[in-house]
Amino acid sequence: MIKWLELFQRFLPEFLKGTAVTLELTAVGLLLGFVLGMLLALARCYGSKLLKTIAIGYIEIFRGTPLLVQLFLIYYGLPSLGLTLSQTLSAYLALGLNSAAYQAEYLRGSIQAIGTSQMTAGRSIGLSRWQTIWYIILPQALRLMIPAWSNEPISLLKTTAVVFLIAVQDLMAKAKRAATATYDPIGSYLAVAVIYLVMVFLLNWGLKFLEKKTRIPGFEMEAKKT
Amino acid sequence: MAKPILTIKDLTKKYSDNVIFHDINLTVNEGDTIVIIGPSGTGKSTLLRCINLLTRADGGQIWLDDQEITAKHCDEDVVRQHIGMVFQNFLLFNHLTALDNVMLGLTKVKHMKPEPAREKAMQELDRVGLSDRAGHYPGQLSGGQQQRVAIARALAMDPRIMLFDEPTSALDPELIGEVLEVMRKLALEGMTMLVVTHEMGFAREVADRIVFLEKGSIVEEGTPEDLFYRPKHDRTREFLWKITELYGKKDAGK
Repeated sequence: MIKWLELFQRFLPEFLKGTAVTLELTAVGLLLGFVLGMLLALARCYGSKLLKTIAIGYIEIFRGTPLLVQLFLIYYGLPSLGLTLSQTLSAYLALGLNSAAYQAEYLRGSIQAIGTSQMTAGRSIGLSRWQTIWYIILPQALRLMIPAWSNEPISLLKTTAVVFLIAVQDLMAKAKRAATATYDPIGSYLAVAVIYLVMVFLLNWGLKFLEKKTRIPGFEMEAKKT
Repeated sequence: MAKPILTIKDLTKKYSDNVIFHDINLTVNEGDTIVIIGPSGTGKSTLLRCINLLTRADGGQIWLDDQEITAKHCDEDVVRQHIGMVFQNFLLFNHLTALDNVMLGLTKVKHMKPEPAREKAMQELDRVGLSDRAGHYPGQLSGGQQQRVAIARALAMDPRIMLFDEPTSALDPELIGEVLEVMRKLALEGMTMLVVTHEMGFAREVADRIVFLEKGSIVEEGTPEDLFYRPKHDRTREFLWKITELYGKKDAGK
């Protein structure tokens, strides 16, 4: 135990650097995925036939193939098409594109749960279709989405660990280094496991707070009725 | 000579082979309250939705004032600003307070500044007797209060005509009165209204004309006295008798 604490202490500065990279990857991936996911969900729910098909195709492809394959295609594959991206940029892109497919589906689910009557109500006072989507449907759908969507940041945070395979210096990469340096894989990986656990715990707490903060009195019940 | 606000000519709506209504002709004059009655499934709600362009009719024309709103080039978002609609299930925006529900159309459709919009919205809430509920969310209001907010939301747009689609059908009996009271007041203020309802008491008291719609066409149209006391068709008499029986006003329909 004392040996393990020493290891932890010795590599703490490195681990913290790795933690920062992991958090950055999570944040950028989540944000990119959110924006793109919203566009995909809107295309799938309200787009023309062509847009709908594109959105469905995108979602099926990115949910249907391993993230690691997508990451390698971007980092190792794109250069042969003349597009060379840095390791970090490749990681951001792979995580964001992948997360978008999942986030799109969370949002689509809650848009469908709200139903068409809110659209009718919006149109009846003269709002246009897109105004209704923006001012009426999305504010409700995003709130409804939070409980289920809360899986995504947590899942993404842990998924970022694959990027050490293209040598991005995230927390996992630091763990591997520590393991090689100390010949103590159990101690090293346990150390970062604890750090991941703490991050997930804090994230979960933040998400619960977000859910509570955005709650509308009586709204959850209303949403179930319609 | 009364000025027609809404003119419907030979309006027809069908879903594939299923004709909902056909060749409906109806004129609503300024300040009129017209009540449409009829059994369920006769296209009353669909008729209102067609007038508000929420559903497109398959044939015939509708004029709002002098403008043909069924014309192809007509901007439906502009038309809907001038036609207020109140739904059976209220359909308030669930994530907004009563005040914001009423304000939204003013700021986003009419592009009013927040302050005058808030003032106008408060006036409309006051008009339906709910200024003290301005900060409440729909989920915190009773059905009757929600429906009154919905009426205020439609009124805020200063519509030429208000359409009511069975506004009290989803309400508990003791809440119906407050909504009908608001509608009665509106009619007295001279608002032009087209109301689909089963509330025969309201129809008899407030309507200038009652239209009996059945199986997709107008069976009979006339003043409440005509329809209640001198119906031309047996079917009208039968329907009115049945519905007043059901709603406990036995003196009507004889």
